[in-house]
Amino acid sequence: MSKTITVTDAVSRIPDGAVLMIGGFMGVGSPHRLIDEIVRQGKKGLTVIANDTARPGVAIGKLISARLVSKVIASHIGTNPETQAQMIAGELEVELSPQGTLAERVRAGGFGLGAVVTPTGVGTVVADGKRTIDIDGKAFLLEMPLRADFALVNARQADHIGNLAYALTARNFNPLIAMAADVVLAEPQEIVPVGVIPPDAVMTPSVVVTHIIAKESARG
Amino acid sequence: MDDKLLIASRVAQELKPGTLVNLGIGLPTLVAGLVPADAHIFFQSENGIIGMQSMPEHGLEDDDLTDAGGRPISALPGAATFDSAMSFGLIRGGHLDVTVLGGLQVDRNGRLANWMVPGKMVPGMGGAMDLVTGARRVIVAMTHTAKGEHKIVDACTLPLTSSRCVDLVVTELAVLQPTPEGMVLKELAPGVSVAQVQAATGTPLIVPDHVPTMGAAA
Repeated sequence: MSKTITVTDAVSRIPDGAVLMIGGFMGVGSPHRLIDEIVRQGKKGLTVIANDTARPGVAIGKLISARLVSKVIASHIGTNPETQAQMIAGELEVELSPQGTLAERVRAGGFGLGAVVTPTGVGTVVADGKRTIDIDGKAFLLEMPLRADFALVNARQADHIGNLAYALTARNFNPLIAMAADVVLAEPQEIVPVGVIPPDAVMTPSVVVTHIIAKESARG
Repeated sequence: MDDKLLIASRVAQELKPGTLVNLGIGLPTLVAGLVPADAHIFFQSENGIIGMQSMPEHGLEDDDLTDAGGRPISALPGAATFDSAMSFGLIRGGHLDVTVLGGLQVDRNGRLANWMVPGKMVPGMGGAMDLVTGARRVIVAMTHTAKGEHKIVDACTLPLTSSRCVDLVVTELAVLQPTPEGMVLKELAPGVSVAQVQAATGTPLIVPDHVPTMGAAA
């Protein structure tokens, strides 16, 4: 059975209020067609787990600008004044997590681990309300795993069964979120026959990918 | 010399050949252009690359190859790219030799605040907390004061970035080394007196008998 569906069909499966993990770092490696379609369909009350909210009108910033997001879990919002304005106005809840901790929380969620135990954040406001654990005389913070209803993944290549390979710094959070959601929507830049991506080059195995977003013909 | 260039030039002298270095956004970024090409320093960008170098020629940018600010970069032969868990594994796991970051405040013992001003600016910590916690050596590159306000202080009033103390502070006036006993004045910028540095510093300086001119001791 083919995993390939249109971007319209894929986004129609996302209900209002869904928890989304979205790949990308300042919009680089974000699934831009899925994001544009979410804006077009006007999904509301979304929780977005991502490294950042990019800039106004760019990638995840489009979801913020369209006021479709009620909660963000991210490491950095400083490049998007709209995220900060909505947070200050009480319209958007923002949970800030150190970047390495955020990556590990997503990884833990996808890898079946019960928690992340990290030295990052010990003795700072990040530790407020969290357990600090002493291991052999060194202090660590206990950070909770993250999972999502949908992961919106950008890949350089997908093959016909959904094996994924990523490009350069567009990889970032994509292979991590592909492990940590109930439904994984992969938006590849290119779809190639099985075998074109050699086994050693597959970064996300096809079994975790639910749907591949179909290419749109450049000829219209 | 321009203040920022002076600071960046002095920081560049701290970087040893063959080491892995992460540069923060802003002033620290200038350091990359000031190390000799034959030093073979590997620059990491936390969005997932070792071996970045500056902007490609206009028209040769790759949308999938950027620094942590989202700006186009190019990759040296021998570069490696990886995901965010690997990137922070390198940082947190003790594989990163040096990180150079900006600062809002540094206390007498070297505790750094550089990620938020409550009620004014809450950009998020990004990678700063992991970098300061995990790098083998942390260098703060910053202007000595901000609009006349002391940035080197007895105790930080802003939220800390990490409980780990930084190793060196480089400003346009001086090079300073935080210690458990307080802030030691290591070098003076050309034409700057001990009294000038002390006046611009919000904690008593520990001043050795001889304080060399910035860079001359390197």
